[in-house]
Amino acid sequence: MAAKKSTKKPNVSAEELKAYYKDMLLIRRFEEKAGQLYGMGLIGGFCHLYIGQEAVVVGLEATAEEGDKRITSYRDHGHMLACGMDPNGVMAELTGREGGYSKGKGGSMHMFSKEKHFYGGHGIVAAQVPLGAGLAFSDKYKDNGRVTFTYFGDGAANQGQVYETFNMAALWKLPCIFVIENNQYAMGTSQQRSTSSAEIWERGKAFGIPGEAVDGMDVLAVKAAGETAVAHCRSGEGPYILEIKTYRYRGHSMSDPAKYRSREEVQKMRDERDPIEAVRSLLLEGKHATEDDLKAIDKEIKKIVNASADFAKESPEPHLDELWTDIYATEVPQEA
Amino acid sequence: MAIEILMPALSPTMEEGTLAKWLVKEGDTVASGDILAEIETDKATMEFEAVDEGTIGKILIEEGTEGVKVNTPIAVMLEDGENADDIGSASSSATPAEEPAKAEKKEKPKEPAAEGHKQPEPDVTPDWPDGTKLKQQTVREALRDGMSEEMRRDDSIFLMGEEVAEYQGAYKISQGMLDEFGNKRVIDTPITEHGFAGIGVGAAFGGLRPIVEFMTFNFAMQAIDQIINSAAKTLYMSGGQMGAPMVFRGPNGAAARVGAQHSQDYAAWYMQVPGLKVAMPYSASDYKGLIKTAIRDPNPVIFLENEILYGRSFDVPDLEDYTVPFGKARIWREGDDVTIVSFGIGMSYALEAAEKLADEGINAEVIDLRTLRPMDTGAILKSVKKTNRLVTVEEGWPQGSVGSYISSIVMQEAFDYLDAPVINCTGKDVPMPYAANLEKHALVTTKEVIEAAKKVTYK
Repeated sequence: MAAKKSTKKPNVSAEELKAYYKDMLLIRRFEEKAGQLYGMGLIGGFCHLYIGQEAVVVGLEATAEEGDKRITSYRDHGHMLACGMDPNGVMAELTGREGGYSKGKGGSMHMFSKEKHFYGGHGIVAAQVPLGAGLAFSDKYKDNGRVTFTYFGDGAANQGQVYETFNMAALWKLPCIFVIENNQYAMGTSQQRSTSSAEIWERGKAFGIPGEAVDGMDVLAVKAAGETAVAHCRSGEGPYILEIKTYRYRGHSMSDPAKYRSREEVQKMRDERDPIEAVRSLLLEGKHATEDDLKAIDKEIKKIVNASADFAKESPEPHLDELWTDIYATEVPQEA
Repeated sequence: MAIEILMPALSPTMEEGTLAKWLVKEGDTVASGDILAEIETDKATMEFEAVDEGTIGKILIEEGTEGVKVNTPIAVMLEDGENADDIGSASSSATPAEEPAKAEKKEKPKEPAAEGHKQPEPDVTPDWPDGTKLKQQTVREALRDGMSEEMRRDDSIFLMGEEVAEYQGAYKISQGMLDEFGNKRVIDTPITEHGFAGIGVGAAFGGLRPIVEFMTFNFAMQAIDQIINSAAKTLYMSGGQMGAPMVFRGPNGAAARVGAQHSQDYAAWYMQVPGLKVAMPYSASDYKGLIKTAIRDPNPVIFLENEILYGRSFDVPDLEDYTVPFGKARIWREGDDVTIVSFGIGMSYALEAAEKLADEGINAEVIDLRTLRPMDTGAILKSVKKTNRLVTVEEGWPQGSVGSYISSIVMQEAFDYLDAPVINCTGKDVPMPYAANLEKHALVTTKEVIEAAKKVTYK
């Protein structure tokens, strides 16, 4: 059983590194734009931004194969972009428009993509954990070699259903990677004030589930740990836990003033541990890219994000008849 | 081109706020993520961050200004190479929330008739053709046969729950199923309702057809978040992309002398939820026909059984593939004087009362709803228009009962046909007591149904 923070670094090509930079930057810029549209009243309700945590999903998606599944909580925009969902469809769902992934009926917290094997977007803290194990159960039942990435936060890690699920996942050797995105705050309550264990992944030991802590501000460390976890699950040995230590720069949701931590704490993280800046330095120092190359990427990302905002503003509101559709299925949606 | 910075909305309900403090001044260079200002909403003081890079060209709203409306320009930012002369040409960083292209506003959404209560003529075709060979079976056997037939047909169907496999079912419903289907498809779970209900829903998302057995529906309260929030709502929230085709089943309602925590009827609870279907059969043939329909249904179905009924025998048609459609009531007894509507074990009281009423010359029409969602309100209305009187019977509590819903439908749709107020016979408004005499009194009784029928017929 692995016991320490992963220090493994995978060998990645310059092209891969550039791709991670681009994917993380897309999430960052997309979320900033979402924050801006929220400020303008175009996005309503709750809106939980992923800024600061980008390396987690980008590092893990780099280890996924076609057909692998993913499911997460309500802080879900980053996961959707990282698994290849269309930014236009995500942004239009945020604005509640017809062109959104759920035709405007789900919103920020409830989006899905059958095509990309993204199973939500769940608004009830930790409810996605047994659901993710259930997805893994279906893969094991079909014996198709697929794995499921089940993401949840340090706050969700104190819900009882997580441990009910750990027990059954271990008992039935489900191919499920439990990804604890530990951003250190369950809304406004710090880990120290809410959680008896300093290392949450160690709780898996009680169920015989191996795991490790991972530096979530380092996309390469996340990728390396992800590879270990995926290999373990795919070989039929059952679940694996990754506790990825990360940090969210913004409040819990748009309306959170974040008074439970100091501005200095956030600024220090941004200045010293920013996952995007880290890859940027690697690219420049390794001479894998020039400032101009990166500027070109920045420009390209800005274009994609602005286009998504335009699409999300221009897409019409759903037709009123949509109120009454999708309550009952008339045929079973077939699993791709 | 210079960019206008607008007063942001920083909570779901904010319309205006106070610009408490500027943290930048004119001429400062800012990067995306830098804090520009502190803004007071009705709830809190929020930090407002820059989205774009540039230089603060001009501050338009002084700090300390109260009542600044959302989307009012509060500053102008200059991009690379611009100077103060460009301020005049400022455009909003994005156009403020203009009215979105509205869907035809005047049009009222069309409520599909099938989901509402405005049902067409009820389907009164017999459940099986005349001359069909019948056999006597207990509810328990019929239920097992129904599940087993479906599992033979489709190997994506599996059964999971506490004691369903090696123990052969806590109430012996799954007797023999482990032997036939093996432990891949008949799965003992730990005692962990919330967890295994969620795993079942996830497996349904993943393309399987789970049957999740709760040892009793009393324990399903531990799992109700997964049933309602995950199973019932996902199809809608995903815009039709994915849902949970599955069955949650198990005994519901009072058994005998098991006290308050094991004796609740959940019919009215589940019946309220869009996205769920709810069946609550009475006879063995309906248990068999409805469980097969429930398993084939592409939606989450709540299948409410009854422990006392498990051992009762009924005629079951000896057909290769016998199914009963949802939303079709069964008329057990025809009559002209009063309509008695019930479902599940409530039918025992309804039928017994009807028999005794007949001895006194009152002919009751007895309707078994069989499914509560969809509900065959058409059958109720048709009968009430004939008898002009209605009594409903259920074991559940009175407030927010199935009967109170039926009463409201009948009042709206057949008010002029009623010759007496509708009476709802329900369980008493108390937690279930343990003492034998108290328990008997807490349940609905045949005597109460007879009295209600006499009251509405003024006899």
